Amino acid sequence: MADLTVRIGSLVLKNPLMSASGCFGYGLEYAGIVDLSSLGAVVVKGLFLEEREGHPPPRVVETPSGLLNAIGLQGIGARRFVREKLPELRRLNAVVVVNVCGTTIDEYAEVSRILSDAEGVAALELNISCPNVREGGIQFGSDLASAGAVVAAVRKVTPLPIFPKLTPNVTSVAAFARAAEENGADAVSLVNTFLAMVVDVERRRPVLSNGMGGLSGPAIRPIAVRMVYECAQQVRIPVIGMGGIASARDALEFLIAGASAVQVGTANFVDPLIWTALAAGIEDYMIRHGIARLADLVGTLERGR
Amino acid sequence: MAPADVQAEVLGNRRLSADYNVLLLDAPAIAAAARPGQFVMIRTGPGTDPLLRRPFSVFEIVGDGGRAPSAFSVLCKRVGPGTERLYRLEAGGCLSVLGPLGKPFDLVAPPAEAWMVAGGVGLAPFAALAGALRASGVACRLFYGARTAADLFYLDDFAARGVALDLATEDGSRGTRGLVTAPLEIALRGRPAGAAVTLYACGPEPMLKAVAALAGAHGCASQVSTERVMACGMGGCYSCVVSVRDSSGRARFVRSCLDGPVFDGAAVAWD
Repeated sequence: MADLTVRIGSLVLKNPLMSASGCFGYGLEYAGIVDLSSLGAVVVKGLFLEEREGHPPPRVVETPSGLLNAIGLQGIGARRFVREKLPELRRLNAVVVVNVCGTTIDEYAEVSRILSDAEGVAALELNISCPNVREGGIQFGSDLASAGAVVAAVRKVTPLPIFPKLTPNVTSVAAFARAAEENGADAVSLVNTFLAMVVDVERRRPVLSNGMGGLSGPAIRPIAVRMVYECAQQVRIPVIGMGGIASARDALEFLIAGASAVQVGTANFVDPLIWTALAAGIEDYMIRHGIARLADLVGTLERGR
Repeated sequence: MAPADVQAEVLGNRRLSADYNVLLLDAPAIAAAARPGQFVMIRTGPGTDPLLRRPFSVFEIVGDGGRAPSAFSVLCKRVGPGTERLYRLEAGGCLSVLGPLGKPFDLVAPPAEAWMVAGGVGLAPFAALAGALRASGVACRLFYGARTAADLFYLDDFAARGVALDLATEDGSRGTRGLVTAPLEIALRGRPAGAAVTLYACGPEPMLKAVAALAGAHGCASQVSTERVMACGMGGCYSCVVSVRDSSGRARFVRSCLDGPVFDGAAVAWD
């Protein structure tokens, strides 16, 4: 039997599969049909300090092999999450990673402190990359000094593993990965969605109420693989890869390119039972190629043809 | 109760017109659990384009004799490549179907009457609802509007269930000329004092809003089945929100896949 365990800082995951934030609610929505403890980690929806309403509909539109969304980070806030969702997630033995949002560096630190004080949060993913809200995330994630400052501020207030989620909407994602590493991140996750737009030609207006949105799904996968590869070349901390993964083969591309773990988002909307097939497919591949430990597969991309 | 993700065999595809069809699906796990007003998410084909499942109301729940229902149908309208595939499917084909999902209609009991209001493809939840209500002896009327007479379907079926029909077409080719809310308003004005009526509505959003307003003006309850672009149907994506007033009167976005698709018409913040 292949060893699928993954180490992210002090955290050991039973397998490399995580739900992508914003694509799995608070996890409990799926508890009726998915054994949450079978995932490496459940990454829940982004949380600010306070509740947020999000954008008016329409919030999503489908594109060729893709999905454009501008939800606007609707959420219940960190305290309500700790009170209303975390106890049940713990009871179900889920490894809980919370996606932390902020409009200021202080807010990132405060949300992180609240979640660190609560029993049952395994790690924090820092959302410095949501393309859809003006005052939350992306302005930190598209400036190197600000991105480093968010990581450093959260590092001071939490012993939990932290990993910023990086945006692809910059010239060099790898530069941001390096800034994260230098400021104490345990890992980086990438990529968030690509800023994009769909136009309703009859009405000559954007389809989404927010105008622009973030593109996800199989359409973005090859670009995401390239970015994960570039980042993995430039940092020593683990890279958590995502972007359009819809099969074990897709996940293996990311792992071979240098990702230590992967997140699955859009594909979960189509197939909420995808997790079992992904784990089995990765294990089959390892057995077929004589790889005993997943860590021995990570970053094994050969140069040349 | 947790939904089931099943491979359902297509038992039949009844093409009602150039755009509308009814797919009958063999799915005992879903059919036995489904309640009127609930929906399913259907993957229209393999591959990634179209990528997402599409939501469909449970149209009819079909049993054989006294046993638990083993099949159900969905009413489809051809609007894009996904529904095009569903229109062209033949019996014997297979579809990935997730459900049942969402909150069903609250069923009234006699002597209360149920008046269903359907606009176009908004007929989609009402065969199952009429079946359940008639089984418990509730007097039912269906106010049913469409663009033209050829787009009015299943009239004999509803009539055979003992549902009184009030039809409207925008071109006047059948029933009242104009919108279905006109005969509804006349009927509400003309009903006997003290008669308890609940309105059940599904159709275009302006129609739902008008039905909710008529219900309020005439002292009736209304239950409206909303339609939103929906990515997952499970509560994961937060795309399908409807603005609904909570007990303090504050409007909040709630997920129509979990808290709906059926809402109290008086609670929806329509603007």
